[in-house]
Amino acid sequence: MKFTGKIWKFGDNVDTDAIIPARYLTTSDPEVLAAHCMEDADPTFPVKVKKGDIIVAGENFGCGSSREHAPIAIKAAGISCVIARSFARIFYRNAFNMGLTIFESRDLWERVAEGDELTVDGDEGLIWIAKGKESLAVEPIPAFMQELILSGGLMSYLAAKRRSGNGR
Amino acid sequence: MGRTITEKILAAHTTQKGIRTGMLINARVDIALGNDVTAPIAIAEFRKAGGVNVFDKEKVVLVPDHFTPNKDIASAEQCRIVRQFAREQGLTNYFEIGEVGVEHALLPEQGIVLPGDLVIGADSHTCTYGALGAFATGVGSTDLAAAMLTGEAWFKVPESMKFVLHGQLSKWVSGKDLIIYVIGKIGVDGALYRAMEFTGDTVRTLTMADRLTMANMAIEAGAKNGIFAPDETTIAYVKERAKRGYTVYDSDPDATYASVIEVDVTKIEPQVAFPHLPSNARGISSVGNVPIDQVWIGSCTNGRIEDLRVAAKVLKGRRVAPYVRLIVVPATPTIYRQALKEGLIETFLDAKAAVSAPTCGACLGGHMGILAKGERSVATTNRNFVGRMGHPESEVYLANPAVAAASAVLGRLAGPDEL
Repeated sequence: MKFTGKIWKFGDNVDTDAIIPARYLTTSDPEVLAAHCMEDADPTFPVKVKKGDIIVAGENFGCGSSREHAPIAIKAAGISCVIARSFARIFYRNAFNMGLTIFESRDLWERVAEGDELTVDGDEGLIWIAKGKESLAVEPIPAFMQELILSGGLMSYLAAKRRSGNGR
Repeated sequence: MGRTITEKILAAHTTQKGIRTGMLINARVDIALGNDVTAPIAIAEFRKAGGVNVFDKEKVVLVPDHFTPNKDIASAEQCRIVRQFAREQGLTNYFEIGEVGVEHALLPEQGIVLPGDLVIGADSHTCTYGALGAFATGVGSTDLAAAMLTGEAWFKVPESMKFVLHGQLSKWVSGKDLIIYVIGKIGVDGALYRAMEFTGDTVRTLTMADRLTMANMAIEAGAKNGIFAPDETTIAYVKERAKRGYTVYDSDPDATYASVIEVDVTKIEPQVAFPHLPSNARGISSVGNVPIDQVWIGSCTNGRIEDLRVAAKVLKGRRVAPYVRLIVVPATPTIYRQALKEGLIETFLDAKAAVSAPTCGACLGGHMGILAKGERSVATTNRNFVGRMGHPESEVYLANPAVAAASAVLGRLAGPDEL
C-alpha cells in the first residue's frame, strides 16, 4: 500500500470534537460528516482538502470520544492516511475497523511543513519526504490489517470471510 | 508472578492461557452497550455483516441518552433506528424516555453492571464501571457491532499504573477533584493504553459516587480503563441491585505495575480544569477572576444524587447571579425522584435554576444549554475541548458540584468558601 499526498499538519491532542464536532452527530452520513471535518481546528480544511491528502499530527491524535464518526469523516474527506506521533486508543482501533490507514512516526512531525508532499510505502515501511530525497522508517502495516483496510473495514472483512467460508 | 485485577478479569473471560501484559486476547463480553449516537452505525454494521439476532438479548444494552428527548428531526430518526432494533430483537435493557438516564449513571444504578464483569460500550466513558471492580472500556461502533454478533471482542492486555491515595480529603474536595488533580499531573495521554488502578487508604473512604466519577475520567488521561477493587462500600452498593451473580477480584500484592504514583490528598483543594484540556488543572485558590455566563450541573461524571445534594447545600437560601444561567440535570429518573423527595429540586428552583429531564445534553454540545461565541460555562462534566459545549470560541471550566453551585451564585469561578 502506497500513498502520496499533500500534508495537513496539526499539533498534539487533536480531539474527536475537533475532528467532527458533536453538533453534527445527529447523522452518520459520511458526506455530511466530511463537510464539517476539522472545521473547528481549521475552517479551511473541509473546503480545501483534496482526495489523497495526508494528515500529519503530534501526540495522542483522536483523543476524547469513541465516535466512529471521526475516522469516517476523515476518510470521507478524502484523506488517504494519518501519520501521528501517537494515537489515542479508541481512535486507533476505530481507524482500522473503519478501514482508515494510520501510521505512527515519532520523527516525521518536525521534518515536514503543511503543504509539503510525502509518500508512504506501507509495505516497505518507509516515508519519503523532501521531494523523495530523504526517508524515515515506519512500522509496515501487518498483512491482516492491510486485508482489513482493503475490504473497507472490519465488518466488510468479516462478511467477506463468512461468504468465502473461512469465517465463523 | 502476581497479577493485577485488570489481568485477572480479562483472564477469566478468555479460554487463552497464560494471560500477561501485551498479549492479544479474544474475550467474552458480559455487557455490550450503545447509545443513540453510536448504536445506529453499529446496527448498520451488524446487518452488513449478515447479523440477524444479537448474541444475547439480555447482554446487549441500548440507551438513547445523548440527543434525547429528541433534539430535532435528525436525532429523532437516529433514536427510531435504535428503538426499532431494540423491539425487533426483544432487548431486555432498552430504556425509553421516562426510564432513560445518562448511560453510565443508569447501568450501575440498575445493577446491570456488576463486579468482575467485562463490559464494552460504544461510548468513551464506559470506563466508569471500573468503580465497581469491573473491566470496562470504550470502543467504536464497529467493535460494538462485532460484539453484538459474536459476544466477543479482542483486547490487548494493558499494563497498569497504580495510584496510591493517602490521607483525608479537605472540605469540598471530592472524587472529581482527585481525578482532575491526577490528570493534571500525568497529562491527557499520561495513561495511554494503560489501566489506572486506584488504591490506598483514601480510596476506602470514598463513596461509590466519588469512585464512579474518578473511573469515568480515566479516559481523559488516555487510559483503557480505570479500576477500583471492590470493598464493603462496593458490596453494599451492588447487593441491593444485582439480579445475577458476580465475582470480586483484587490485585495480588506482587502484581507488576508500569508505575506506582503516590498521592497525598491532604494537600489537594477543589480543582478546576481550565480550557481546553482536562489536564489544565488549577486549585480553586489560584483561579483568579473569571466571570461566567452559565453553570451546568449533571452528566455521567457528576449527575448523581450525592452531587445534587452538594449543589443544593451550597444553593440553599441563595440565588443565581443576575444574567447567569444555572442548569441542573439529574442523571437518571431515580435520581430525579430522590432529589424531588429530598426537596433538592425545590432548592434549585428557588435559586432560579432550570431543572431538565435526564440527558447527556449540553455536555457534548448536543442541546439543553449550548454556549454562544465567547461565553464561559462552569460544568461538572468531563471534557473542555474547543467547542465542546457549543461555539468554537466558547469556554468550559470543569469543576465539582460545590464549585459549580458557588460559581453560579457569584457569577464567576469560585469555591463555596467565598460565599
